[in-house]
Amino acid sequence: MKNRLKILRAERDWTQAQLAEALDVSRQTINAIEKGKFDPSLPLAFKVSRLFALPIEQIFEDEV
Amino acid sequence: MTNQDNSWKTRTKKNTVRLGLWTFFWVLTCAITAFAPKFIWDFNTTLTIIAVVVNILVGFGMILANRTHLRGLDEMQQKIQTEAMALSLGVGLVLGSSYELLEDIKLITYEPEISHLIIVMCISYMIGVIKGGVKYR
Repeated sequence: MKNRLKILRAERDWTQAQLAEALDVSRQTINAIEKGKFDPSLPLAFKVSRLFALPIEQIFEDEV
Repeated sequence: MTNQDNSWKTRTKKNTVRLGLWTFFWVLTCAITAFAPKFIWDFNTTLTIIAVVVNILVGFGMILANRTHLRGLDEMQQKIQTEAMALSLGVGLVLGSSYELLEDIKLITYEPEISHLIIVMCISYMIGVIKGGVKYR
């Protein structure tokens, strides 16, 4: 699954560690999500959506 | 953006220290149960039963601490742990049953030890954790 996490984070000038703390996960998890190696659960995706104040589909994109 | 008291980092650190302490005391009570009857209290039945019961109770404490530790991890780390534990369980089951058979079919002359199985399971668990770490890096 593709995502715009890295871009959104860069726009806000946040580090991976800051984003990880805001989402209550490890920095490694943020890194894996940004690289597309790990797909977050629905609750975590909603958390990301709330944090960036954007709909989920504008952050995550399904690769069909 | 910060919540120092209950952040993932603080919580995981606390849970890891707690698990480490429970594991240390479990190993300590294992050693006491294994060696004290022979070297300290000359196989006194009451003291030996107390040692066994304490060892089991501390073991359950360690299990609960491990559960708390796992629940405190984030979802990717839980996935890594689950995959590592699945590998460890599978390897333990397959090699453990084969190892037990080796003596029955006269391929080894000594009696299989449970400690050997525990070592194999620990090594396969560590391999699983490292593999998971590399996979999601």
